[in-house]
Amino acid sequence: MSGHTQTAAAPAASGTTAPAAVADRPLVEVDGLIKHFDLGGHFLQRERPTVKAINDVSLGIRRGEAFCLVGESGCGKSTLARIVMGLLDPTGGAIRFDGTRIDGLKHTARKPFHRRMQMIFQNPYASLNPRRTVQKTLEEPLRFHFPNLSDADVKTKVEQVMVSVGNDPSWGTRYPHEFSGGQRQRISIARALMVDPDFVVADEPISALDVSIQAQVLNVMMDTQEARDLTYLFITHDLSVVRHFGTRVGVMYLGTLCELADTATLFENPRHPYTRILLSAIPRISTEEMKPPGLPGEVPSAMNLPSGCVFHDRCPLANARCSAEVPRAQCQADGTLVACHAVEEGRG
Amino acid sequence: MPLLDVRDLRVEFPTRHGVLTALHDVSFSVDKGERLGIVGESGAGKSVAAFAILNLLSRPGRITGGRILFEDRDLATLSRADMRAIRGDRISMIFQDPMMTLNPVLTIGTQMVETLKAHRDISDAEARRIAIQRLGEVKIPSPEKRMASYPHELSGGMRQRVVIAIALLTEPALIIADEPTTALDVTIQAEIMSLMLDLCRTHGVGLILITHDLAVVSQVTQRVVVLYAGRVVESGQTARVVQNPVHPYTRGLLSALPGEGEPGARLNQIRGSMPPLTAIPPGCAFHPRCDYAEERCRVGVPPLDVIEDHNVRCTRARELIRGVAA
Repeated sequence: MSGHTQTAAAPAASGTTAPAAVADRPLVEVDGLIKHFDLGGHFLQRERPTVKAINDVSLGIRRGEAFCLVGESGCGKSTLARIVMGLLDPTGGAIRFDGTRIDGLKHTARKPFHRRMQMIFQNPYASLNPRRTVQKTLEEPLRFHFPNLSDADVKTKVEQVMVSVGNDPSWGTRYPHEFSGGQRQRISIARALMVDPDFVVADEPISALDVSIQAQVLNVMMDTQEARDLTYLFITHDLSVVRHFGTRVGVMYLGTLCELADTATLFENPRHPYTRILLSAIPRISTEEMKPPGLPGEVPSAMNLPSGCVFHDRCPLANARCSAEVPRAQCQADGTLVACHAVEEGRG
Repeated sequence: MPLLDVRDLRVEFPTRHGVLTALHDVSFSVDKGERLGIVGESGAGKSVAAFAILNLLSRPGRITGGRILFEDRDLATLSRADMRAIRGDRISMIFQDPMMTLNPVLTIGTQMVETLKAHRDISDAEARRIAIQRLGEVKIPSPEKRMASYPHELSGGMRQRVVIAIALLTEPALIIADEPTTALDVTIQAEIMSLMLDLCRTHGVGLILITHDLAVVSQVTQRVVVLYAGRVVESGQTARVVQNPVHPYTRGLLSALPGEGEPGARLNQIRGSMPPLTAIPPGCAFHPRCDYAEERCRVGVPPLDVIEDHNVRCTRARELIRGVAA
């Protein structure tokens, strides 16, 4: 990414700025987050059916790190990302960005945070407006957040960002359908970077792409992180990507956080039984035949959560305590957080 | 004599932009009980190969060359009625999305009994008995009860098991599975893939696994064919190909996998993307993306040569093996 500078035609964010943050305070704090989706149901029903998508999840995303959130479909990882971005309102708990509580902020009060937090979506075929040229798509966030910029400045900025993610600036006059999946995803990344955010949420940004293209997009994301000192929240189900890309990893299962660890620690020494099973199931280049992961049954419905530890009915180490008491996240000697009675008691 | 022997298969799609060749002289074979992987990125032609074998190419696509020998018959020349007798009976297919196979308004039991009775002259009771047995084999809990379930009542993993049970109903000699676990979570993928491994072994069924995932291929198949832009670029024993890839494309694919290298390092990327069928470059189709391309790569299409222990379509393969190519 030679030649890229942060000069940016964009001036510093106007409006509210956070109080001088302590350097070691996480950039994004998720505190006791709860999200229940009300499914309506019949008005005479005593208990309205609710999907308990996220149940008391707390985590902090440190400045400059790539925080990965992994888990299988329905574990609540995308819901968490959407709540952090303000696309959904939490049922309980708080989200803080740079020390300021941002959940529940009204539109105008939230606007400066919209600039500092940007998102990249999974499907680059759906997330770019097919009727707009690339130039128009890229200009919009800039004109929205910095209405006073001159046309020339906007143009320079678009070119700068396009070059910084490895795109040809002459693509501006073309439409999304003229590009391949990887190129479109790089345009989405450019769009997210237009307003010089501090924090980027990427929800499965490479899952829809071919293997050879995944590497291109991951490289661009790593380069821009370095060049711009970005903080990432990376949502994925692909653990091999996490191993390569993540600074720290949170593992989610059925709306709860099972384990949170440094990437290297998690892969070398997974503690939570679910994490262990998940890691053993990753396909790898090997002549060894694929084995069943030893995970009986299926993920229970989030409308009817198991009592105690949500994983207990599938866990090889579960006992009576696990079905009665919800495990709290305990900090281990190396800083890893694990929510598991068996780990706490040294069972298994 | 292999169970399925595809020789120089050529599939063309006449369009208003001219005739597009989706498969160029593709050859591979599957022995009884053998597992073959067909690997490639979107648009490489892997699904077209599967559809061609089953004579299910959508118009205007057609087979314009080669043979598809299966149990002593050339499937490319069979009448529609004869083909229908083979399809779903001797050869079954499993698709990525189980809802593409399952009828949402019929129970699992109805669909299974119907399928069996279409191919076998047996009573309802007998068909039911076989269906329940197959559901048990794919490890569906309480199979009798599940016979009365509708597809929407099952999870994605369970649906894919039902699809596998249906594929096994007629005890086929060959199953073609097109990205069967791509839409599933990793733990379910491992579950389903090890189940398929077991079933292929116990029933002696041949398997063609079509996927983009080289890791899955390495852990499931015995032989592999790598397709690029409609041509086989490398093929051979899976273990040899993944441990000792020769073609720059195969090498690139393997080194682009994030799980294999040093964490945090830049991934080896293959520049550009696969050309669409309308714009296949002359010479070796991979040359614009290849780090080793020379002048001669831009002219003739290199032949598929036997090099060391497998087949490679690359002009510079021998230099690459000796490590002298720059």
